[in-house]
Amino acid sequence: MLKFILKRILIIVPMALLVVTVTWVLIRVAPGNFYSTERNLPPAIEENIKKKYGLDQPWYIQYGTMMGNILRLDFGDSLKYQGQSVNEIIRRHFPYSATLGILAYLLALAVGLFAGIVAALKQNSAFDYGSMAAAMLGLSVPNFVLGPILVLFFSLYLFWLPPARWGGLLHLIMPVVTLAAIYAAYIARLTRAGMLEVMRSDYIRTARAKGLNERTVLLKHGLRGGIVPVVSFTGPALASLLAGTVVVEKVFAIPGLGNIFIQSVLNRDEPLILGIVAFLSILIMVANLAVDISYGFLDPRIRYE
Amino acid sequence: METETTETPENEEGFPFRSPLGFGYLAFVAILALALICVYVSDSWWGTQLLSQTSWIAFLLLAVVSSALAVWYFVRSSKIGGIYAVILIDLIAVVAASYLYDRYYGTNTLDITGFIAFLIFYLITTALAIWYLLTTTSNSLWADAWRRLIRNKLATFGLIVIWLITLMVVIGPSIIFWTTGLTPELMPSDGNLIRSFPPSWTHPMGTDEAGRDILSRVLQGGRISLMVGIISTIVSLIVGVSYGATAGYLGGRIDNVMMRIVDIIYAIPYILIVIVLLSVFGGENTNVLVASVPAIVAALVLFLILFAIYLSLSRLYDGLLRNISLDETLLKIVFIAVAVVFAWQAIEIFLTLNLYMFSATGQWLAGIFSDAVDQGLSQIFLLFFALGLVSWLTMARVVRGQILSLKNEEFVLAARATGVSTPNIIFRHLVPNALGPVIVYATLTVPSVMLTEAFLSFLGLGVQAPYASWGSLAADGIKNIAIFPWQLIFPGVTMALTLFSLNFLGDGLRDALDPQTRKF
Repeated sequence: MLKFILKRILIIVPMALLVVTVTWVLIRVAPGNFYSTERNLPPAIEENIKKKYGLDQPWYIQYGTMMGNILRLDFGDSLKYQGQSVNEIIRRHFPYSATLGILAYLLALAVGLFAGIVAALKQNSAFDYGSMAAAMLGLSVPNFVLGPILVLFFSLYLFWLPPARWGGLLHLIMPVVTLAAIYAAYIARLTRAGMLEVMRSDYIRTARAKGLNERTVLLKHGLRGGIVPVVSFTGPALASLLAGTVVVEKVFAIPGLGNIFIQSVLNRDEPLILGIVAFLSILIMVANLAVDISYGFLDPRIRYE
Repeated sequence: METETTETPENEEGFPFRSPLGFGYLAFVAILALALICVYVSDSWWGTQLLSQTSWIAFLLLAVVSSALAVWYFVRSSKIGGIYAVILIDLIAVVAASYLYDRYYGTNTLDITGFIAFLIFYLITTALAIWYLLTTTSNSLWADAWRRLIRNKLATFGLIVIWLITLMVVIGPSIIFWTTGLTPELMPSDGNLIRSFPPSWTHPMGTDEAGRDILSRVLQGGRISLMVGIISTIVSLIVGVSYGATAGYLGGRIDNVMMRIVDIIYAIPYILIVIVLLSVFGGENTNVLVASVPAIVAALVLFLILFAIYLSLSRLYDGLLRNISLDETLLKIVFIAVAVVFAWQAIEIFLTLNLYMFSATGQWLAGIFSDAVDQGLSQIFLLFFALGLVSWLTMARVVRGQILSLKNEEFVLAARATGVSTPNIIFRHLVPNALGPVIVYATLTVPSVMLTEAFLSFLGLGVQAPYASWGSLAADGIKNIAIFPWQLIFPGVTMALTLFSLNFLGDGLRDALDPQTRKF
């Protein structure tokens, strides 16, 4: 077990470096660069800038220095945001995305698990059909449609909630709901399917047969097995929630990392792109690792090689 | 999952389409025929001249021959044969009606009478086909799956909505044009400062800020949105199935390396890949690359279509030969003729479609290099391609899992023992058997790709200005949400309804095709 975890942690580093390399190649292969999108600079100035950022060196030296810096977790300065280091930018903007992401994650988990479990236990009831229809709706309404419609109704029609920007708790409600909707829908569907399958299995019958009360059967035995597909979904989901809140950030004018990333890609801000990609890919891989580890706790039948 | 069945003379009902493969190939031919009709419809309504008249006469002949065959089966009281007969008659009726109309009245635009005739034929024949499918008594895998599918009310609802939306999107703009004279691009020339009006009888969805009819634009945008969904899914199918099947079958170290590559691509945010693809091949870099990429893809698709035609016809040929006592030489002649006509038309459509839609490719294919490339359209095409290229990863995983569980089955061993080559084992024996989950996943890929396209268009990276998709319409609407909410609500709701139906259909298909994992 410990060996497995250690192996997986060790593999994250080369994988992340590989991801960064592929990204770097992608950026370099694409025609144009940061300077070609700006106003035309006098050649002398451009040369000086290139010298400053080491862009006048041959590509393998640039690649080497970049990799060396990344290994020291120093991503350098952003090209676009003069004088700000990539680490600083990530540190400044990530908390917004993370707050949104974690809150949405918790909301999605709470709503999704509850709806899924109750729907499975009361299969074919009105609640089952209602919640599954709602889940399907959640999967089908794009969040850039859901967000503005919420704004229209709650801010512009009822005047209950502020329409945008970062502020108090009230500001958080609509972005979090918008973000959580699709994940809650997924989790509800997965939970329902998983629970239905597990509640028919032999070990649940055994648990019932030995006289455990329904509550223990459900929470201690049923949930542990039924939740496995949910866990394998929520790992990557957490990562993408922490990072991929672009639409919600745009609709609600929140200065999160997602928008910074899109901007950096559009601006060809190489250090910033590489920094964010490395950060996000490590985040995704750690989330996946956490999922793989938690399998073992949830389902005792799963063994690690 | 049923293993690949070969037709045997003792097959009682004796219908060659009953095996899953035969059905699949026949469906493919039917889709191709439908595509031909779409092209024809576009020719006659928008005067695009995609096909020459001679080729249409050939098509008509083909339709007559095949419908005669189908009707003959129908007469032999095979119910499933009846469905095909109905579908074929449907196709022939539409083509013949519109063709004859144009031919004898010298028009190149189908007028309202012809249009209504088309509609009536379409509706009646679909109803007949549904009736046959409802009452079919065949017990093949696909017939069973179909019965399970239509017993599922929600999936049936999804199917009907998608059928209706497709119909609306295809014919809607023309109807609106004939009845009101509105086109998606028409802007009023009066001096009003405010041109965005709420829904009314003339504009059921209102007008946008330039005064254009939103209903027309939504229908027009639906074409691109549906096309994005379908084409990108096909790209992801081609890449994902080949990749996953190869990795799964070869196994061992190769599998390991191939799947690690998938893991790495997973870890790169897909938006970066899409943007890089768009900026490498599109935008200001309109050059040979832009011209050659669609051409390569078109050539690939053309090749696949020709291959599918070959497979389907050879399959049909085998079945017919075994099941009815037609003179073999006659049958051969008919089939060669059919094959030639189909191939000819496929090539013709592809050449002309390229000329028409992706002018860059058309010019490249014609040997003319030019900078006059329609930026908007090549951007859209690249979008299809890029979205397909980022959405094949899960498909590859699904296929690999299937293949892993199938490759130790006895029929693979038998194939290997009889000396079948590895590519043949993968694509002729393993892939057809893994088709169920693949179809299901493909159905669910369509809505997710449409969502991604809408998301990219929302960010301003997708469909560009003169063209519209549901995503870009919604993105335009968001800017004015406080004052003109209908600009967002109608495109958004149309899109949500489509995705809703596609998701239901995908769910239903999963339950129908894979009863073991059905959600009780």
